[in-house]
Amino acid sequence: MTFLMIFITAIFVNNIVLSQFLGICPFLGVSKKISTALGMGFAVMFVMTVSTIVTFLIYHSLLFPFQLEYMTTVTFILVIASLVQMVEIIIKKVSPVLYQALGIFLPLITTNCAVLGIAILTIQKNYALLSGVCYALASAMGFTLAIVIFAGIRERLSYTKIPSSLKGTPIALITAGLLSMAFMGFAGIGH
Amino acid sequence: MKANKSNFINMVLTLTIIALVAAFILSYVEQLTKEPISRAKDTRELEAIASVVKEFDNDPFAEKLTITSANKKQKFELYPARKDGVINSYAIKTFSNNGFGGKIEMIVGFLMDGSINNFIITQSSETPGLGTKISDEKFKSQFRGLNPNKHGFKVRQDGGEIDAVTAATISSKAAIDAIKKAAKAYNNFNTGNN
Amino acid sequence: MDKTSYQNLTRGIISENPILVMMLGMCPTLGVSTSAINGVGMGLSTLLVLIFSNFAISLVKNIIPPMVRIPSFIVIIASIVTVVDLLMAAYLPGLHAALGIYIPLIVVNCIILGRAEAFASKNNLWQSILDALGMGIGFTIALTVLGAIREILGNGSIFGLMVFGEDINPILLFIMPPGAFLALAAMIVVFNHLRKGK
Repeated sequence: MTFLMIFITAIFVNNIVLSQFLGICPFLGVSKKISTALGMGFAVMFVMTVSTIVTFLIYHSLLFPFQLEYMTTVTFILVIASLVQMVEIIIKKVSPVLYQALGIFLPLITTNCAVLGIAILTIQKNYALLSGVCYALASAMGFTLAIVIFAGIRERLSYTKIPSSLKGTPIALITAGLLSMAFMGFAGIGH
Repeated sequence: MKANKSNFINMVLTLTIIALVAAFILSYVEQLTKEPISRAKDTRELEAIASVVKEFDNDPFAEKLTITSANKKQKFELYPARKDGVINSYAIKTFSNNGFGGKIEMIVGFLMDGSINNFIITQSSETPGLGTKISDEKFKSQFRGLNPNKHGFKVRQDGGEIDAVTAATISSKAAIDAIKKAAKAYNNFNTGNN
Repeated sequence: MDKTSYQNLTRGIISENPILVMMLGMCPTLGVSTSAINGVGMGLSTLLVLIFSNFAISLVKNIIPPMVRIPSFIVIIASIVTVVDLLMAAYLPGLHAALGIYIPLIVVNCIILGRAEAFASKNNLWQSILDALGMGIGFTIALTVLGAIREILGNGSIFGLMVFGEDINPILLFIMPPGAFLALAAMIVVFNHLRKGK
């Protein structure tokens, strides 16, 4: 499979949020405004790519050779949690401007199941390092795309009259459902 | 036993102890479940193989062969089924990357004359209710008794004789692709042996 | 049973139902609820992990320094999830295959860490187990109902049994991703309506 195919598949066809249901919590939680959605998107892109590289290296140089595959979940979540913390500290020191923009999103990412999900899926799908990185980056781009579009719709929704029983979560879920339906149109794009 | 001050030694100590205990428990459970897990996996595969070949009394796993496509790039596993010492049919694990949702994996059972006995989809991400219908008897039965070397195996839309699953032509074509791959690899293996 | 215990047990089932009210653990909720049996399986595995993690965390809460609380909790939870994962692969291989990637992801299911943080790290052993039981049951019920709705509408069956004749085509959309969002939205609307009606 070419890199282009990996990108198209991960962003549109198997969109991580709308068809794989990973990272739903931030998708519903921080999507009230386009600007915050964009910030979250970039933070996820950064963390997901870096953590996939690190977990990939750990898996193939430590866990797999020593037949410790059953430790995968424990190791990966620890790596991701410490990585997020480390990134937060480094960004705070190096670039206060970037920290201002991404800072508040970073702690939320530890519990973003998309990051752990993609790290595990990269191993399960038997990708090489380079295609694994592409896959992680593309998935995160898919996340960003979905959450920004979703935030755009929700900004508009806040000006409309919504039946009282649909207010809040239900209307958000219906919107997400329609968006997911739209993304279904991309299925089979490789043919 | 109250040590909940966040000084360096306490933190390192607690984390180390927790990690050690966790590692110990996990390795114990892993040892415990290793056998059953691999047995469960074998049973599943054996059931899949048994559903596509004729009745057998050997262990197809023990006689597993690896065959390759003509350009040696793709590898397929072949499991012979024997009854009273004579091979009566064989199963080939094959795949296609052209499914609607990506890769489709299946096991095809062939009789000794090269005709198809049955096949079973072992892994696919086809659309539920549409593409997954390639596992239905209605689609499968069209292939039974036919030899991929003698028949073109084309869907009707391409002027062939196979009725594709309604609204899932791509999945149907992928299934045919996987079957043809298996048949070709077997031909290649056979000519190489003679 | 005294009043606090009763409250801790029942809170998770209705008034603070993790799926319908708190919106926790949405990823597995939407991802695996394609059939009622998947809902039951995922619900029960989460319940199991929740009980053990609340139990373990309530036991060790006093000896863990506050600064390393979260990492310690995560390691404990991840280990429990791995144990459940291995046991399931060994003894329930069919269900294990159906739930797939969502089993390791129980680790990042916000319900588990959320309850560990908010409840088990502050309460005693017995109350923590009751809380886990309540939350787990609430999660399982909501997940099973969602799975059942999607299976009936999208596949025409319930727990694998066909309910309509062969002639009726089910609404496929409901077992596909958009159906998950729409069915859950409908469920929450009905749930809120019933609760307000009381």
